[in-house]
Amino acid sequence: MRASVLQSIRGFFQEKGFLEVQTPTRTLAPAPESHIEPIPLLEGGCLITSPELHMKRLLAAGYEKIFQICTVFRRGERGHRHHPEFTLLEWYRLHSDQAALQEDCEGLLQFVCRAVHRESGWKYGGNWLDVNAPWEKWTVQEAFLRYAGHDPLTQWNQDTFEEVLVQKVEPNLGFPAPCFLTHYPAFQAALAKMSAHDSSTCERFELYWAAIELANGFSELTDAMEQRRRFESVLKEREKADLPLYAMPEKFLKSLEVLKPCAGIALGVDRLVMLLADAPSLDDVVAFPPAFT
Amino acid sequence: MAVLTASDLRKGLKLEIDGEPYIIVDFEFSKPGKGQALYRCRLKNMITGSQFDRTYRSGDKFNSADLEEQEYQFLYKQDNSYHFMNTSNYEQIELSTDTVGDAVNFLTENLVVSILLFEGRPIGISLPNFVTLRVVQSDPGIKGDTAAGTTKPATLETGFVIQVPLFVEQDETLKIDTRTGTYVERVK
Repeated sequence: MRASVLQSIRGFFQEKGFLEVQTPTRTLAPAPESHIEPIPLLEGGCLITSPELHMKRLLAAGYEKIFQICTVFRRGERGHRHHPEFTLLEWYRLHSDQAALQEDCEGLLQFVCRAVHRESGWKYGGNWLDVNAPWEKWTVQEAFLRYAGHDPLTQWNQDTFEEVLVQKVEPNLGFPAPCFLTHYPAFQAALAKMSAHDSSTCERFELYWAAIELANGFSELTDAMEQRRRFESVLKEREKADLPLYAMPEKFLKSLEVLKPCAGIALGVDRLVMLLADAPSLDDVVAFPPAFT
Repeated sequence: MAVLTASDLRKGLKLEIDGEPYIIVDFEFSKPGKGQALYRCRLKNMITGSQFDRTYRSGDKFNSADLEEQEYQFLYKQDNSYHFMNTSNYEQIELSTDTVGDAVNFLTENLVVSILLFEGRPIGISLPNFVTLRVVQSDPGIKGDTAAGTTKPATLETGFVIQVPLFVEQDETLKIDTRTGTYVERVK
């Protein structure tokens, strides 16, 4: 199953005219994140938590459609849906926005499902899934109002947002077809662009299937100044929380100065394989599951 | 008492919450998108057995439960209390019927058991997997009565009644599995 999924992903992107790229696994300056911990290296720097920065530097250098399948590393993440090292698919489109990525998602999952004979539906953990059923699209606000009974934008609470999302909203998303959760609150923007007509949300979306978060995409923020401000505020936060600090990604910030509008997305390949194989845990779809440390 | 952080949480870990010992019986790590990690735990009170769910996040700190298992020998029962002696320091303790629970079915004088202590207070007892007990009463089996099954009831010296094969007779000694409360074999 894993081999067929990987082959079909490559097949899909080749057909769409994307170039497969490879970028470094080690970095001295990862994107500062509040809640993602890199695995540090003895010689300095760390293993990548995502190839995002390097891939955007390729876009800035003029590559228009690129994809990569690589292993990324996140310290301390271990559960049925989390491994400290996992296979990530990332793809980027220059001169494009998140709408194009959402179309790619539909095309990709339909293509992969055909390749592994899941195109007429199957049962995952007792629930019927069908890639060809209509895909739903919810804004974060709509989904919270419907499943949690409050508006996260007007009643913003950083402390409970994720808890409510995980416990009340996520369990309902992506049956039988995948579903997009869009218009994330501005506070959750990370490297995403603000919405053009609404400063309270950003152009970030997540793809869910069978209540499992499969992918996170956005229209990329290409304003180097704004990106630096966000990085600085995260670095300050990390310093306060006594977390390891890495260098500011200066080369990346420099490349943003010439980067044209673009969009990119990261999809968890192991989770996709898990769904397609009707496996309850990631441990069932990797040959050597990592230990609980 | 060791201080633990959220990243130490996992199934089987024992924590102290509001002065009571809890064990994590179910655990799930989750982390939405770029958000912070959530550690969802189902906790079981090790004294009362009651369970509840709680979600912790990175940064939360806990105390490990001060638990210790020690070997004790059962001495005698008096009214509703059971008296045991620590096999290494000979100190005696008293356990209530509630704390002893179902173990009462298998307790005979001099049996060595493990007692779980929380901050020095006995909260539970674990028996050896197998004990030997004498049959004090069992009617003779009726040969050929296969319709009624191939077992019959037997009363053990502790008063506990189990199902045994038809050939078991009064005053015989039996090996019993304490985890299931079932007959294993006859002991000569």
